[in-house]
Amino acid sequence: MKFTVGWLRDHLDTDASLDAITDSLTSLGLEVEGVTDPTVAMAAFTTAKVIEAKPHPEADRLQVCTVETNNGMIQVVCGAPNARTGLVGVFAPPGSYIPGTGIKLRKSKIRGVESNGMLLSERELGLSDEHDGIIELGDDVAVGEPFSKISGRDDPVIDIAITPNRQDCLGVHGIARDLAAGGLGTFKEHGIQAIPGKFPSPVSIVLRFKKNADGPTACPYFVGRTVRGVKNGPSPAWLQERLQAIGLRPISALVDISNFMAFAYGRPLHVFDVDKLDGGLHVRLSKTGEKVLALDGKEYELDDQVTVISDDGGPVSMGGVVGGESTGCTSETKTVFIESALFDPLRTATTGRRYQIESDARYRFERGLDPEFTVPGLEEATRMVLELCGGEASELVTAGEIPAWEKTVTLRPGRVAALGGIELTGKQSAEILERLGFSVDQSAEPFDVTVPPWRSDIEGEADLVEEVIRVHGFDKIPSVPLRGKSAIAQPVLTPRQLRARAARRALASQGLLEAVTWSFTSQKLAEQFGGGSQALRLANPISSELDAMRPSALPNLLAAAGRNLDRGAENFGLFEVGPAYSGTSADDQFTEASGVRIGSAVPRQWSVKTRPADAFDAKADALAALAAGGAPVAKLKVEATAPAWYHPGRSGSIQLGPQNSLGFFGELHPGVLAALGIKTPAVAFQVFLDSIPQPKSKKGKVKTAKTGYSAPDLPAVERDFAFLMDADVRASDAINAAQRADLSIIHVTLFDVFTGVGVPDGQKSIAISARLQPTEQTFTDAEIEAIGAKIVAAVTEATGGTLRT
Amino acid sequence: MDDVDTITESFLTQISAAGDTATLEDLRVAALGRKGGMTGLMKTLGQTAPEDRKALGQRYNQAKDKVAAALDSRRSELDQLEMLARLGGETVDVTLPVRPGPAGKIHPISQVMEEITAIFADMGFAVAEGPDIEDDFHNFTALNIPPEHPARQMHDTFYLDQEANEEKLVMRTHTSPVQIRHMQSTEPPHRIIAPGRTYRSDSDQTHTPMFHQIEGLAIDRDIHMGHLKGCLVDFARTIFGIEDLPFRFRPSHFPFTEPSAEMDIGCSRVNGELHIGGGDDWLEILGCGMVHPKVLKHAGVDPNTWQGFAFGLGIDRIAMLKYGIADLRSFFDGDVRWLRHYGFDPLDVPSLAAGLVR
Repeated sequence: MKFTVGWLRDHLDTDASLDAITDSLTSLGLEVEGVTDPTVAMAAFTTAKVIEAKPHPEADRLQVCTVETNNGMIQVVCGAPNARTGLVGVFAPPGSYIPGTGIKLRKSKIRGVESNGMLLSERELGLSDEHDGIIELGDDVAVGEPFSKISGRDDPVIDIAITPNRQDCLGVHGIARDLAAGGLGTFKEHGIQAIPGKFPSPVSIVLRFKKNADGPTACPYFVGRTVRGVKNGPSPAWLQERLQAIGLRPISALVDISNFMAFAYGRPLHVFDVDKLDGGLHVRLSKTGEKVLALDGKEYELDDQVTVISDDGGPVSMGGVVGGESTGCTSETKTVFIESALFDPLRTATTGRRYQIESDARYRFERGLDPEFTVPGLEEATRMVLELCGGEASELVTAGEIPAWEKTVTLRPGRVAALGGIELTGKQSAEILERLGFSVDQSAEPFDVTVPPWRSDIEGEADLVEEVIRVHGFDKIPSVPLRGKSAIAQPVLTPRQLRARAARRALASQGLLEAVTWSFTSQKLAEQFGGGSQALRLANPISSELDAMRPSALPNLLAAAGRNLDRGAENFGLFEVGPAYSGTSADDQFTEASGVRIGSAVPRQWSVKTRPADAFDAKADALAALAAGGAPVAKLKVEATAPAWYHPGRSGSIQLGPQNSLGFFGELHPGVLAALGIKTPAVAFQVFLDSIPQPKSKKGKVKTAKTGYSAPDLPAVERDFAFLMDADVRASDAINAAQRADLSIIHVTLFDVFTGVGVPDGQKSIAISARLQPTEQTFTDAEIEAIGAKIVAAVTEATGGTLRT
Repeated sequence: MDDVDTITESFLTQISAAGDTATLEDLRVAALGRKGGMTGLMKTLGQTAPEDRKALGQRYNQAKDKVAAALDSRRSELDQLEMLARLGGETVDVTLPVRPGPAGKIHPISQVMEEITAIFADMGFAVAEGPDIEDDFHNFTALNIPPEHPARQMHDTFYLDQEANEEKLVMRTHTSPVQIRHMQSTEPPHRIIAPGRTYRSDSDQTHTPMFHQIEGLAIDRDIHMGHLKGCLVDFARTIFGIEDLPFRFRPSHFPFTEPSAEMDIGCSRVNGELHIGGGDDWLEILGCGMVHPKVLKHAGVDPNTWQGFAFGLGIDRIAMLKYGIADLRSFFDGDVRWLRHYGFDPLDVPSLAAGLVR
């Protein structure tokens, strides 16, 4: 909502400065979004006189002008046809910014002749579309004056944001009332007088609605009157300037008056050319297929839900949204019918949205108008029409009635302090409300507060408290520290939250970069990664790339990896800890840690050997996330089974028991990568953090002590063993068997896997090292021998292998 | 000078002249070995008169100790020299780069989420969570957003594809439904924050279809606007690490709070660059207000007994402001160059003790 300070002063008696006004607006909740002071924006432009204009030696259409400016005589090359000796125009010096063209002016040579500035057209000044020639001011205008002052464009424009509850401030009048309540001056009541009708209106109005059948009445109240004998020329300068200042284009007096009423009082009106009407007017819901050619130049084909104003020939206006072209006013218009009506906010909003019509009328009607201003708005518009266009006014015609709006809300004065946090007396609160137009009965507590018709947003006591503290000033509410229950902050994170945090930091510690990707993916990818159910599709996606909820972050991470590859990245790893969805219920959303590695796991470097990332890097990532998430790592088993998006032979599932898969890892299936346009191999992992069993909490008992331990006095002994076994025997079988062979074995390391020379085809050699820990006394050779024999026997039995000798 | 002194002196001279450890070892054997000179002296004791034996024995022992000490001392001198000689030949080019270690990073959103959590945890706020796929009731109705509200239109809200007869499911448009779920499932007083993903059907320079919010809720018997101000001012000053950060609360409007406010912090813009802190400009950082009595009722909380405030703030926006990140869309692109630049070391865990400003 834009308005000028001069306009505001029509409604508010104040000598407050511009800064005081803007501060007060923001503090009242009418947030100032911008202030434009034309004297600043146009400061560079001054009046100047063409002393001599002579033809350009090299160009027929150009003239070389000697211009008298506030900086002396200056030579300007000018292409305007009306440039001539003696003309007083508007001069822009080099370095000035030309609003109409968006260009910063420079000294230049035009066809060899120096030009040190510019004489401006209205379009170049950003005033209108007029560009046939440069601006001509009167001969009597002095040279060197600021153009803004000469042209009366020195009124600062304020742009404020209006929250949806404050329709009363969609007119300058309402803004003035708020400012006055805030102490910025004295509110000028509008004092609108009724204009006596000289004759009955020849245009009738009928409301044709089935009672209650269509929900709230689409148009409960409609007032209008005819004015005959008008002359619709351009509106006077003051009105044009006011509209121009807020970005509206003056059209004609009749149109400008209705625009003026929308911004002065928040009251949209419509003016019909009576000579173009076919019979009287009626208001009804549209019929499917009816068409309206609207004032925006577009034709709209209506359904059966639009409130239309119709004459006998069909709809002539979409009520509250946009008027019709066919009955619009022109310079020929002689008789008009001025409409002031109430339209259902909801239906207005729906219609506007459906037909994508943004209009000042819709903006106001969909927020709800002051119902009691329907007639005064019409009277004021009539007065302006008579004043600017002449003619005589008919009596009013009225249809329907003003819907009941009266309401009384109670206020316990103590609530201002209890809810608002600031001590005000009941009297102080009542005074504020009264300044806003409420009436307050203070004779007993709680106060009965009557809400004015322009504040339909006020529903309860909390609203009144807001009004009081808003006008008093939020800045006056003392800040009170919010303390925790205990001086020392207590832990607040749930095990789930801790788990996600720990997994995140563990994965970054693995060298992966944390990404955050959309919770959506494409339906195609969702299907490829185990999801894609119809229930998880979006009804209104922003694109087909993002039309399904993701079953995993993996496809999105891979897409990101693809983008990085396209940008020339070669070796990197990405991960995400975030939601994935197996269904639409709250329980179907799970926290997944997933990641992908591309290229080398070990980058090229002088001291280490490079190697590509492989399934075991992904396995390490998965296990790191699980360990950080508190999974019982020692109990996890790995099975060589993973979903279809992994390489069938180079991927695995990490299991806690046969039913509970905590995650997958491995090389990705080359087919899946190809579908994503990724040409290099990639490894990936997924870990389901919510599937990690919750640590058992013993209610009320805090156990911080670890299981007891005393470091052994005796040194441990290492013994190595190598076995030959079938190539498809699982290494974990050998390790686990060795591990369980004897109680003294504290750790088994697999330090070599070998196939090739010396190992029969179809077999492999596995070498393990067992660390033995004596307890009572050092092992004798015989004891070590015996433990070794147990290890060999266990591994042999578990794997079918043989000890290499 | 007798034999003892002569032999001792001879050994001492040779020891100090020994040029390497092998020579010194030979000397040790020659002096102290079984057949060594000093050992030989001891053997002669048996042939002396018993009355002289004690004194002589003491002399011999002292001489032997002297030689042994000289051997030890020369030994360590030679060891030292040999080590110096050896080390002189052992060099590496210490300017060679180190072996590459893992260089992962934490996303700014995660980092800022933890920073914000650290602050509110200190004020006694627990962390609550709710689903991203919400029903109409929790996302709208319970929050006093009527069916005709523009936010409910297709235009702003993602809907899931459903049969006409099913209850409408939406991608939550804010984290506010977590308020409702929390109040429904636990007894007041309440003090929670709820960080999470939120979704709106919007995509341009400054909007992404997914973004992050933190919802805050403090409900008790006597929490008022003063507490709201105190809490949020403390938050803003701590997260930005500016003790005297200017602030203002402007009246605003949200369906779920009454009174409602927006909080601005002071800033300045110099040559298009934003500086948080002093200056003559304001920057909106969050919306807040006293929870609307209708919302309390919808969540099963008696508004005649309980009251308090709620707020919602954009995590991405705080991250952008705090860490000078210009483009919102870049948060979600997964560009490894961007992640390396704006990401955080995994060991840099936010804590109030360490401060939230680096």
